[in-house]
Amino acid sequence: MRVKLVVNGQNYERDCPEHKTLLKFIREDLGLAGTKEGCGMGECGACTIIMNGRAVNSCMVLAVEADGANIQTIEGEASGASLSDIQKAFEKHHAVQCGFCTPGMVMSVKELLSDNPKPSEAQIKEAIEGNFCRCTGYTQIIEAVQDLTGGKEKGGLDRV
Amino acid sequence: MFENMDSANLKFVGKEADRPDLVEKLTGEATFVSDMILPGMLYAQLKKSPHARAKIKKIDTGKAAKMPGVRAILTGEELDIHIGLYIVDKYILAKGEVRHYGEAVAAVAADSPEEARAAADAIEVDYELLPPVLHHMDALKPDAPLVHPELGKYSYVKAAFSPQPGTNIANITKIRKGDIEKGFEESAYIVEREYSCPSVQHVPMETHVAIAQWGFGDKVNIWTSAQSPFTVRNLFCMAFGLSHNQVRVQIPYVGGGFGGKAGIGVEPLCAVLSKKAGGRPVKFQASREEEFSLLPCRCALNYRIKTGVSEEGKILAQKMEMFWDSGAYADYAVNVTRASGYSASGPYEIPNATVDAYTIYTNKPYGTAYRGFGHVEFHWAIERHMELVATAIGLDPLLFRLKNALRPGSKTLTGETILPSTGNVVKCIEEAARRIHYGELTKEEKEREARTGWKIGKGVGALQKAPAMPSFTATAVVLKMNENGTVIANLALTDYGQGTYTSLRQIIAERLGFPLEKVKIAFESDTDRDPYDWQTVASKGLFLSGNAAILAAEDLLEKAYAVAAEILRANPRDLAHDGDRIYLKHKPEEGVSFASIAIGYAFPNGNGIGGPLIGVGRYIAQGLSNLDKESGQGHPAVDWTYGAHGMVVEVNEESGEYHVLHVVSVYDVGKAINPDMVRGQAIGGMMQGLGTAICEGYIYDKDGHLLNPNFTDNKIPTAKDLPMKVECAVVETPQIDGPYGARGVAEHSMISVAAALGNAVQKATGAEITHMPIRFEDVWRALQDKEPIDNWITKSPIGSCRSAPEMRPGIIRNKG
Repeated sequence: MRVKLVVNGQNYERDCPEHKTLLKFIREDLGLAGTKEGCGMGECGACTIIMNGRAVNSCMVLAVEADGANIQTIEGEASGASLSDIQKAFEKHHAVQCGFCTPGMVMSVKELLSDNPKPSEAQIKEAIEGNFCRCTGYTQIIEAVQDLTGGKEKGGLDRV
Repeated sequence: MFENMDSANLKFVGKEADRPDLVEKLTGEATFVSDMILPGMLYAQLKKSPHARAKIKKIDTGKAAKMPGVRAILTGEELDIHIGLYIVDKYILAKGEVRHYGEAVAAVAADSPEEARAAADAIEVDYELLPPVLHHMDALKPDAPLVHPELGKYSYVKAAFSPQPGTNIANITKIRKGDIEKGFEESAYIVEREYSCPSVQHVPMETHVAIAQWGFGDKVNIWTSAQSPFTVRNLFCMAFGLSHNQVRVQIPYVGGGFGGKAGIGVEPLCAVLSKKAGGRPVKFQASREEEFSLLPCRCALNYRIKTGVSEEGKILAQKMEMFWDSGAYADYAVNVTRASGYSASGPYEIPNATVDAYTIYTNKPYGTAYRGFGHVEFHWAIERHMELVATAIGLDPLLFRLKNALRPGSKTLTGETILPSTGNVVKCIEEAARRIHYGELTKEEKEREARTGWKIGKGVGALQKAPAMPSFTATAVVLKMNENGTVIANLALTDYGQGTYTSLRQIIAERLGFPLEKVKIAFESDTDRDPYDWQTVASKGLFLSGNAAILAAEDLLEKAYAVAAEILRANPRDLAHDGDRIYLKHKPEEGVSFASIAIGYAFPNGNGIGGPLIGVGRYIAQGLSNLDKESGQGHPAVDWTYGAHGMVVEVNEESGEYHVLHVVSVYDVGKAINPDMVRGQAIGGMMQGLGTAICEGYIYDKDGHLLNPNFTDNKIPTAKDLPMKVECAVVETPQIDGPYGARGVAEHSMISVAAALGNAVQKATGAEITHMPIRFEDVWRALQDKEPIDNWITKSPIGSCRSAPEMRPGIIRNKG
């Protein structure tokens, strides 16, 4: 099937088999490998992208379902040489370790903030609940979002 | 090195610094092996065993071979290559017999993953079922089937391990200290109990993945998501009989490891398929299910502890028996047993002690290193035991810990004397206790209890760990100056998120006196480019590579000074430098820039001197020795990192539900080179520890089928599982031989989290839980004074049963 869509503001048109997932289409056909596959079963959130304004697990969407869609992936997050505010907050708070969950995590945070510019801690946790991170223990990610939305200063390490 | 430098004189060490890898990771630019596509690359898929133990009677690949896109098919019969880290006991593809559910029996390489999958599915395997041995305690019985009847024929590392041919025992580690009979004789109380935990999965977000290309002249290139490039190369060369200069291993960004990628994994499989396919590169990436069942997990453990205590609460004797479930292959499990053996008592002094630690083969997916290297599992036991002993003899558990904690002058199980510079576990325990208001409820907590009806309890858990590594573990750092006076460091220690490179960059900048921006650590590792490093494991990276980095910086400066001295016609001792130039101390305006000597200096007439400036730093662990095989005495630890967690929980006594309200973690890190990196390790590990404490674990049916190889049935913590309050703090007792006084803290944060939780739950409700994870139903059962359900091997997928007879808890009043 012919699939036409917009990804990060660019138009793409490709032939695509009906069973191909949007995740594989983005990574393999469009060459945008920033979006990761962690489980392929909609459980871990590593493949989260924004499709028509909503964060979705791209491994659970068929590419043909995304025909006509407007999509954002991690590659569209920075503008030019400048990181987005979410990226800057993640950098400042060391909200990244191995980095494999990071693209999906940033997308989930982006969706949250587009709906709710001042989320509570519970709302942040709710928004990223579907994004597994095995390295950070989530705290620094939550602090990054809280800092960005005016909630909290950088967490520290006490010396005793 | 530089362990007592005044912080006021330090520019970068001990301070905040950006992580150099974050921008690439945040923009999606960072390339993982998962993302790599090479020209002509084929994709591999596997045919796997649906049985825990079976004879392979016949494999028919005829149908598969004719399918579209198929370029190579392999079965175990075509390969005769054993692979192994400490005991060489594993085939690349099962041969003759399958030893665990999910084991690979045949492999296909095809043009696309879908074609490879279809062909692998079309392979027909005829099995004859054999009775599996599933529980490691059953595997010790005299009539148990042997997982490896050929154990006596395998090669193994003789200096450290003792496999027992004719049994399922892959290794025994023994420790003998003092006179245990006399110790028990003199004890006022003797308490004996058994504790257990199941296998769990590491869950790196990037599953195991490798690409290998077996080229002309047996030149092999490997790109892999692994922790230790030189170990992959070395084991690969040993298995295939290749020279080390025929094999190149490259590691780009790695999506998590936690010990699961410490050794060799799927690389040999890709390589043999590439060879069969005429040298085209072959990629294999494990599915999430394969990550659970094909690739290794953490060993299960049963730990029996018998403790003799004086009237005053001093431990006089302790008999420790560890039974480690290694699954079908020994891999790291034998060394987990060894390292856990010599650390078995936790951070306490036991004057009279025996340890017998067994690694036991079973027909299950094999066990390996996992963050903590056995210490998470056995600290669960030892720190629950400390609580239960204290409770049994009527002492406060915190006081009991402090009475028996290691102090300067204490002797460890292997006879090492603790020094004031070894670290301060007492301070860690006290600080953790203080921060949770141990032993009392605050006003708010009392109000909360009254409001909710849930009981609040507080517990602590202490911990210790030294790097488990060969006595002669070594590493090196090469520091190369670029044309403009900036530097690049090459090393084969990998950073897959821990933050070690950030800290090493600070150490190098500090020692060079250069601004941070001038120091780059090359992120991708490459055995053809980088100097040797043993492995990225054991929380030894900062210690060993940090020292090597200091030495490399000093070497670079020494060489730069020699050139500058010649140019300036001065004695090197009269020179000083800043981030840009070397100059005469007594005449600062006279100097040369680093840029002008970086690749060799040219005098005005064109004559050249010097040459490219390269600093080399080598570091090898010093003063360590092999342990005596009978007594376990020796010196295994390059450093000990101590710590403690304090935990506050609230428990619903009716249902067994609980919430973690507050966690405090305190470690004696010697020196926090970068406080944010320490905090990242502290919180990340605590959360991973909480996962194994509250919910994670492999569940099998009675035939040995793994029932929960996915995130729906084997949950890991999400953001919503975070405790309400998380705190961490460090004690800084400088390590004399650590870089700027630092010692490692990476695995430690995961250790004793489960025990602190168990202790807090017990304090709240009296529930005596001896099996982790602590699920709500376990708390409920303990509160009903029912035996714990051991459903880790179930009679049916839905039912559950006790899998092996366990010792009933016993407390004996010894005298009086």
